[in-house]
Amino acid sequence: MDWLNAIVQGTLLGGLYALFAAGLSLIFGVMRLVNIAHGDMIILAAYLGLTVTTATGLHPLLALVLVVPTMGVIGYVLQRGLLNQTLGDDLLPPLLVTFGLSVIIQNGLLEVYSADPQKMDAGALETASVAVGGLNLGVLPVLTFAVAVAVIWGLQWTFYHTALGRAFRAVSDNQDIAQLMGLNRRHIFGVAMALALGVTAIAGILLGIRTSFDPSIGGGRLIFGFEAVIIGGLGNLWGTLVGGVILGVAQTVGAKIDPGWQILSGHLAFLLILAIRPNGLFPRIS
Amino acid sequence: MPEPILQLHGLDAHYGDFQALYGVDMKVMEGEVLAIIGSNGAGKTTLMRSITGLLSNGPAQIKYRGVDISAQRADEIAVQGLAMVPEGRQLFPSLSVRENLMIGAQVGRKGPWDLDAVYKLFPILEERKDQQSTSLSGGQQQMVAIGRALMANPDLILFDEISLGLAPIIIKDIYEALPGIIGEGMSAIIVEQDISKALSVSSRVYCLQEGRVSLEGASDTVSREDISRAYFGIE
Amino acid sequence: MTLQDYNVTRSSNAARVAAILGALILITLVAAPWWAGRADMRLMGELFLYLALASLWNLMAGYAGLVSVGQQAFVGFGGYMLFALTMFAGLHPIAAIAGAGVLGALISVPVAVLIFRLRGAYFAIGTWVIAEVFRLGFAQISSLGGGSGSSLPVAIVKSLASKRAMRESISYWLALGAAVIVISAVYLFLRSRKGLALTAIRDNELAAGSLGIDIWRTKFIVYVVTSALTAMIGALIFLQKLRISPDAAFSVNDWTAFVIFIVVIGGIGTIEGPIIGTLVFFALRETLADLGTIYLIVLGVVAIVMMLKAPKGIWGLIRSRFDLQLFPLGYRVITPGKTDKS
Ligand SMILES: Nc1ncnc2c1ncn2[C@@H]1O[C@H](COP(=O)(O)OP(=O)(O)OP(=O)(O)O)[C@@H](O)[C@H]1O
Ligand SMILES: [Mg+2]
Repeated sequence: MDWLNAIVQGTLLGGLYALFAAGLSLIFGVMRLVNIAHGDMIILAAYLGLTVTTATGLHPLLALVLVVPTMGVIGYVLQRGLLNQTLGDDLLPPLLVTFGLSVIIQNGLLEVYSADPQKMDAGALETASVAVGGLNLGVLPVLTFAVAVAVIWGLQWTFYHTALGRAFRAVSDNQDIAQLMGLNRRHIFGVAMALALGVTAIAGILLGIRTSFDPSIGGGRLIFGFEAVIIGGLGNLWGTLVGGVILGVAQTVGAKIDPGWQILSGHLAFLLILAIRPNGLFPRIS
Repeated sequence: MPEPILQLHGLDAHYGDFQALYGVDMKVMEGEVLAIIGSNGAGKTTLMRSITGLLSNGPAQIKYRGVDISAQRADEIAVQGLAMVPEGRQLFPSLSVRENLMIGAQVGRKGPWDLDAVYKLFPILEERKDQQSTSLSGGQQQMVAIGRALMANPDLILFDEISLGLAPIIIKDIYEALPGIIGEGMSAIIVEQDISKALSVSSRVYCLQEGRVSLEGASDTVSREDISRAYFGIE
Repeated sequence: MTLQDYNVTRSSNAARVAAILGALILITLVAAPWWAGRADMRLMGELFLYLALASLWNLMAGYAGLVSVGQQAFVGFGGYMLFALTMFAGLHPIAAIAGAGVLGALISVPVAVLIFRLRGAYFAIGTWVIAEVFRLGFAQISSLGGGSGSSLPVAIVKSLASKRAMRESISYWLALGAAVIVISAVYLFLRSRKGLALTAIRDNELAAGSLGIDIWRTKFIVYVVTSALTAMIGALIFLQKLRISPDAAFSVNDWTAFVIFIVVIGGIGTIEGPIIGTLVFFALRETLADLGTIYLIVLGVVAIVMMLKAPKGIWGLIRSRFDLQLFPLGYRVITPGKTDKS
C-alpha cells in the first residue's frame, strides 16, 4: 500500500512537472528556442503571486487572474524586445542571452524579496484531502494534475484546431514562406512566448502553494521541466505529461527508499531513459 | 493607358559578399502576364524573393502601385495583394492540405478565391483535404501551392518554375488551367525555364542573365535568335 | 608579381611582440612571491584559475560547439577527488591533483556517451543535470562530510610545505602553472590537425562531415580532455580553499555563470578573449562586488548586450579595429608592399 501510495503521489507530482515542461516544449516547438531562464520565470511567477495575494488578500488561485496575463505580457515584450534578435542559425546567442536573463531574474528577485523562503497561503486547500480506496489524496495535488491535463489539452487544441495554432506550425515549418502568408513571425513568436509564460504562471502559482520557494530554485525547476520534455519526446505535448509523471514517480519512489535520494533518483531515471531511448518515448521532432 | 502595378528601378540583390542581381529595371502592367526566363542561377528566384520582401532591398528600388515597398517586410507586402507560388512548392509539412490552403487566406483579402473555388479548380484536393501535404504527388503538391497563393486573392501573383520536377502531362494540365486562374484583372509574373511555355501564356518577356536583364520584349515578336543570345550570352 | 613575392606565415609583428611581452610578464608573475603581498597573491591565484576555466569552456563552446552550463560538475568532482585521494589513499596533494585529472577523464567518458545524445541547447541543460547528479551524489557520501562537507586535514595541508608562506607560494605557482599549461594546451591543440578540424566543424558542420572529419569523435576528445583539465583546476581551487561542500563544489554561479561571462565579454572563439575577459571580470568584481546582487545583475546585462551588439566580445572589437592576433592560428598571406591582412 505504501508503494502504491508513493506511485500515486508521484503521478500527481508529475502534473506539476508537466506544467513546468509545457511552456518549454511549446517555445521549442514553435521557434526552436530553449529558454535557460524558464525555471527562473516560474519562480518569478510565484513571487508575483505572492505579491498579489499579500497586497490584495486574494486567494492564490484567484491571483492567477492577474498573474497569468502579467506573465503573458512579460513574455510578449521579452520576445519582441530581446529574444527575437537572438534567433538564427547560431546556437550561442539564444542560449547565452537566456542564461544572462536567468542570472538577472534570480538576482533581481533576491534584491526585491531577499533570500528568505516564502510560501503562499492557500488556506484549507493545502491540507484538504479525500480518501480514495484506502489512499489519502491531497486535494491540491489532484487539482494540480487536473490543471496540467487541462492545460496540455488546451495547448494541444490550440495547436491543431485554431488559426493561431496553424500559424505556429507554419512558422515552425518554414519561416520565410509563413511570412509570405502575411504572418509576421516576430509577432507569432511573441504570442508563443506569451502563451508559454502564461502556462508558466500557472505552474509558478501551484508550486508556490505546494512548497516554499526562494530565488535560487529556478534552475532546478528548469531541469525538471527539461527532463520531462526529453523523456516524453521532443515536440509531443502529451508525451511531456507522461515524462512529468515518470519523473514524479521516480522521485517519490526514490524518496521512499531513502529520503536523500528523492531528486537524485529522478535524474537517474532521466539518464536511464536517455540511455535506452535517446529520442524519448514519443518523439515528434527529430 | 494602364498603370504599372509593379516597378523595379535598379534593383540589386546580395547574398553576403555575392551580388546576385545588378540594377534590374522592370515593369508589370495592371492585368498583364509577364514571363521571366533565364538559365540556372541567372537570378530569377532571387528576383522573386526581392519583390516579395524575403530579401532586403535598397531604398526606392521596388514600387508596388506607386508606393515604395523596398523597406517593407514580406508579411506587410503580402497583405497588399502580392502572392507567390515559390520554387519547389514549399508546402508546410505539418499542415494538412486544407490547412495549407486556409493559411493562404490568412492575409484576409476579399475576392473570388476561397476553399470551394480552389476545390472546384483542383477537385483532387478536396478528396485529399485532410491528408498531410507531404503525402501528395508532386503535381498535387503544386496544385496546393497554387491554391494557397490564390486563397490570398492577390492582385499580383508570382509563379516560380511551377513546372519544375513535374511530368509533362501534368505541366500541360497546369498550364491549361493558368488562363482561368489569372483572368479577372489579376497580374502575374511567370518564371519558367521552358521558354515556349512561358511565351505562350505571357504578353511580354524579360530574360535574365547573370543577374542582369539581357532581353525585354513582346512575347509574340521576340525571335528565337534574340532569345538564345540573351539566354546563353552567345554573341 | 611572382609567386616568390608572397610570404605565407603564421606569425606577425604583433604576435612576435606579444610573445616577448608575454615572456617578460610570465617571469614577473613567477617572481610574484618576492614582490606581491599575500592578498594580491591570493587574488592573482584565483584569477589564474578562472582564466584556465574560461579557456577550457571557450575551447568547448567557441570551437567545438559544445555549450555546457554544467562545468561545475568537473570542478566539484576534481575538488572532491583531491580530498578523497589525499584523505583515503594517502596521496600527496600534487599527486592527487594529477589523479583528479585522470579520474575526471575516466568519468567524463560515460557522461559524454550519454549527453552527446542531446543536441544544441538541450546538450547544455543535459550537462547541468550531470552536475546536479554529481552534487546530490557527493552529498550522500558521509565519509566526505555528506551535505555539509569537510575540511582538508591539517597534516595533508602541511605535507605541501610546512611553512605557511611557502604553501601560499606553491599554491600560487600551481595556479599560474595551470593557467599557462591550459592556454598552451589549447593553443597547441588548435594549431594541430585535430584543432583545425575543430575549427572546420565550427564554421560548417556539414562541410566538415563531407570532408571525412569524424565530428563525433573530435568533439568527444575535446570533451574528455576539457573535463580532465577542469577536474584538475577544481582540485587546485579546493586546495586553495581547504574546505569543500557539495553546494560550493557544484555551484553553477561560481564555476559556470562567471566563466561564461568572462568568455562572452572577452570574446568567444578566440584564445585572447578569455584572457581579456578574466581581467575585465576581476576588475569589475573588485570595484563593484560590494553592490552584491546588483553587481550580478549588471554582469548579466553586460553579457546580454555584448552577445547582441558585439558577439565577438572585447577582443573581437579590438581585432576588427587593429587586425591583431596575439596567438597566430590561421596562416596569413603577406604580399609585398601591403600590410598584414588575415
Ligand atoms: N542563399 C544563397 N546564398 C548564396 N548564394 C545564393 C543563394 N541563393 C542563390 N544564390 C546564388 O545566386 C545566384 C542566383 O540564384 P537564383 O536561385 O536566383 O537563380 P535562378 O535563376 O532562380 O536559378 P534556377 O533556375 O536554378 O532556379 C546563383 O549564382 C546562386 O548560386
Ligand atoms: Mg530559381
